[in-house]
Parts: sequence; structure tokens; C-alpha cells
Amino acid sequence: MNGAAVSVQSDAADLIEKEKRKRRTKNVLKGILFLLPSIVFFSIFLFYPMIRTVYLSFFLTNASGAPTVFVGMDNFIQIFSAPLFLNSLKTTFLFVLYTVPGTIVISLFLAVIANEKLRGIGVFRTIFSSTMGISVAAASVFWMFLFHPTMGWLNQFLSIFGMEAIGWLTDPKWALLSVSLSTIWMNIGFTFLILLGGLQSIDSYLYESADIDGAGYFYKLRRITVPMLSPTLFFVVTVTLINAFQTFGQVDMLTRGGPQNETNVIVYSIYRDAFVNYQYGTASAQAVILFAIILGLTLLQFKLGERKVHYQ
Amino acid sequence: MIMPLYKKVVLYLLLSVSAFFIFAPAIMALVMSFMPSEQILTGTIIPDSLTLDHYRQAFERFPLLSYLTNSLIVSLLIMAGQLLLSSLAAYAFVFLEFKGRDALFFLFIATMMIPFEASIIPNFQTIRDMNLLNTYTGLSLPFFAMAFGTFLLRQTFKQIPKELKEASEIAGMGDLKFYLTVVLPVAKTSLVTLGVYGFLSAWNMYLWPLLATTDDSVRTVQIGLKQLQSQEQLNEWGVIMAGGIIVVLPTLILLFLGQKKLQKGLTEGALK
Repeated sequence: MNGAAVSVQSDAADLIEKEKRKRRTKNVLKGILFLLPSIVFFSIFLFYPMIRTVYLSFFLTNASGAPTVFVGMDNFIQIFSAPLFLNSLKTTFLFVLYTVPGTIVISLFLAVIANEKLRGIGVFRTIFSSTMGISVAAASVFWMFLFHPTMGWLNQFLSIFGMEAIGWLTDPKWALLSVSLSTIWMNIGFTFLILLGGLQSIDSYLYESADIDGAGYFYKLRRITVPMLSPTLFFVVTVTLINAFQTFGQVDMLTRGGPQNETNVIVYSIYRDAFVNYQYGTASAQAVILFAIILGLTLLQFKLGERKVHYQ
Repeated sequence: MIMPLYKKVVLYLLLSVSAFFIFAPAIMALVMSFMPSEQILTGTIIPDSLTLDHYRQAFERFPLLSYLTNSLIVSLLIMAGQLLLSSLAAYAFVFLEFKGRDALFFLFIATMMIPFEASIIPNFQTIRDMNLLNTYTGLSLPFFAMAFGTFLLRQTFKQIPKELKEASEIAGMGDLKFYLTVVLPVAKTSLVTLGVYGFLSAWNMYLWPLLATTDDSVRTVQIGLKQLQSQEQLNEWGVIMAGGIIVVLPTLILLFLGQKKLQKGLTEGALK
């Protein structure tokens, strides 16, 4: 009697176990089916090309980009001993240095003043986020005129104060700064929107209790706003940084890498080597460097971010 | 809390000055696109008469209408592809438990560390060798899979109670049916947000359309604008600005309509 009950029980347990196993196998199949489209597309258009880029960087290629002669590290040695690529690296880092802090500081300022509850604040928010909807090509066209040597608003503005006209895009001293200025403007919309979202998610209770304690505006900004905003800030810095390394459109439209290669950022340099000079080998070597930089930065940011960022 | 008057005045002042600087380039372009050429050349800032000539010329001299159609088709294709693939993947990560899921999730995170710009050479060769240069497919295919979209939708799907899924299983509802009839309708808001974001990014794309189009047949409006700018060297700034305004109008309207949702959706997807 007892034995029968046990065996029924163990039969049932067996059955459940079997059923579970069956379901898990079924789930693997289903899971793969649901994920397959993404995995296939990632493989064809992201993982394979990345591996292929590394492969190509060890070869000389023909005009259509097929590898011909294995040259080992020669492509890397070549780009690193050529002043052109070193200059392009320097330009890229300068560009990052100009645009990332500029974008963050201005957007943070705009987000803070647009976070107040005032009548008509929606209009200002819309205006501040508007540059997000303006494409690189259109923004470049707008700024191209602003930078125009004689008719452009910037030089007209300078002439009001009797200052000399500046060759914004033609003077090697100014070109990179000018491209950076226009880039900051393009970045503001997105960065502002994300930072504003971060500010709005801070609990108003924190401010209220600070008010009771008689804390001043800047004290609250430093002790509540910035720490509570740090995850958002961290995200925004990462995105802006990575975007800055991937800049191409405004350089192509505004300066074509000139004058004297002063605005020849790394993606533009890759583009020119590969699709204008058909040097796919050295272009791939440069792409590998770009990949390494972005990978390194992302990892570093995550490591630093974990320690410094204040999570709620 | 009532804000003291002086603080209000300072804030409005700061807001207005900032808004002026942010909006100035776009307003300038808008004004110039309606300003007669003579006035542009003399450096006028506020015109005394308006004209539609620049818009007429932009459409007459350039196949702008076909560029606009091309951009619309490509952006809609990319948007649809991203919504489909992201929602399918997010579904698997939330509702299906199976071995190796975490490894696959890590694979999705890893894709965010590979910049598209660094893999552009083999991508160009792939599309070229598949004879997809100058096709809508070639322009949109590389952007269908999207880690960010998957993460964003995963966040939303997670909020759907697990009991609902269990109940559906008891009722004998398959996963595909559950995905189509329960998950997608519930996540409508997030899908719209992601759709708007995908459309905006696709419409504004520059490098890939530049490489993947060699003739006018499927050329997008962004590359059309580049051509307009590089071919109009006769100081026809009015025509160029008219082109610029036409390019930004659809995305600006979309942004103004969906700004609140977009902000909420992007912040959530970015931070969780």
C-alpha cells in the first residue's frame, strides 16, 4: 500500500521532471527562433565585418578591396610612421576634448534652467531639444553660412565690434574649433533631453527637506542635483564621447578634412583611404585602431563609473 | 513653494537668451529660404519681401521629391525591421528561460562596443558583392538588428506580470500568439517611442547612404542636400537653405509631437 503510493509519487516526479526537460529543450529551440533574426543580422553586419577588418589590416589589397599579399604588421607600422595618421589621431583627440565637455556643460546648464516649473517652460524645452531633429547634413548647411567669410553672421557680428574677419573654415588655426562648435550645437538636443529626464526623476522630497534646512540654490545643486544625476551624466558622457570618435558628416560637408588636414578626424581618414584612395589595407588598420580606442574607453568608463557613480 | 519674482525674471532671461542662441541657426535658414537672393548677398538679416522662388528652384533643379520618397521608404524599412527584430529578441530575454540565454544577452551588450564606422569597409564590400548597392534593401539591411532597442523593449516587457504568461500557458496559448496578442499591444507606447527614435536616426543617416548610393535612383535626401550644397557654388544660398528646411521639416515635426514620450523612453532605456 505504502510502496504503491511511493512508486506513484516517484512516477509523478519522473513525469514532471521529463516534462520540465522537454519544455526546456523546447524553450531552447523557441528562444533561438526568437533571437535568430537579430543574431543573423548582427553576425553579417557587425561581427563578421569587424573580424574581416582585422584580417584585412594584415594585407595589401587590390582596387576592389580583395586581399592580395600578406604583409603582417606592415600596415600598422606604415600608418604609425606617417605624419598624416598621427596628425589625424591628434585631431580626433582634440576634437573630443573640445566637443565632449562643451556639450555636457551647456546641456546641463540648459537642463537645469528648463527643469523649473514655470509657465511656458514647454516651449523652451522643445526649442532646446530641437537640434536633435536636425540632421548632420542640414546642420552643416546652416553652419556653413554662419561661417561664411563675408556674408556669414559670425563675421558680421565681429565687424560690428570692429574686429577682423575670421576664416572660420579656411584658417588652419580655427577650422577644428569651428567644426567643434557646430558639433556641440548638433549634440545639444539629445544630451539636453536625456539630462532633463534625469533631473525630473530626482525625488522632490530631497529638495523640500533641504529647503527646510535653509540650503541655498548652489548648495542644493552641488549636494543633491549633481550626485543624484550622476548615472545619467555618466551615460551621457559615454554616448557623447563615443559619438565624437565616430564623427564624419560635418567634416565631409564643412571642410573635407582641410585646411591642411587640420580637421581630418579618424573616420574621415578611414573613408578617404578606403573609398577615395582604395588603400583598404591601411584603412582597415586605422579602423582597427578606432575599434580599439572605443573598446578601451567603454571598458574604462564602466570600471571608473562603477566606483564613482552614485546609484539610487 | 512660490518662487520669488527676481528669480523668475532671471530664469526667464536665461531661458530666452539660450533659446535665441539655440534656435538662431534654424531660424536664419528659414528666413533665408524665403529671402530674395539680392538681399542675401548684401548681408540682410531681416528681409523686406518674401519669395517662394528658392523652393521652386530646389524642386526644379534637383529630384528632391524622389530623394524625399527614397528617404521615407528607407527610414520606414529600417524602423519596421528594428521594431520586429528588437521586440522578438526582447521577448526571448524576458519570457523564455533556456540555457545560454545569459551568454546571448552578453553578446547583445558586446555589439554596443563595435562602432559601425570601424566595420564600414567589409560592410560596403558585402552589400556590393550581393549586388545591393543602389537598392532600398542595401540601404536598410545593415541597421535591422539593434541592441539599444532590444534593451529598451526588454525593460517594458519585464513589467508585464509573469502570471499573465502562466495563465496563457494553462489556456494553451503558444508563445507566438502571446507575443502578438498580449505583449505587443501592452507595450504599444514603448514601440511607438522606439519607432520614432529609429525613424529619426534613419532619416538623418549620412555615411552609409553616401557609400551605398552611386546614382540618383535610391539616393536619400541627406546626400541630395550634400549635392545641392556642393553643386550650387554660385552663392545660391537661398536654394540651399530651402533644401535644408525641406530636409529637417519631417523630423522636426515628428520630434515636436513625440518629444515627451521620446524623453521618457530614452531615459528609461538608457539607465536601467
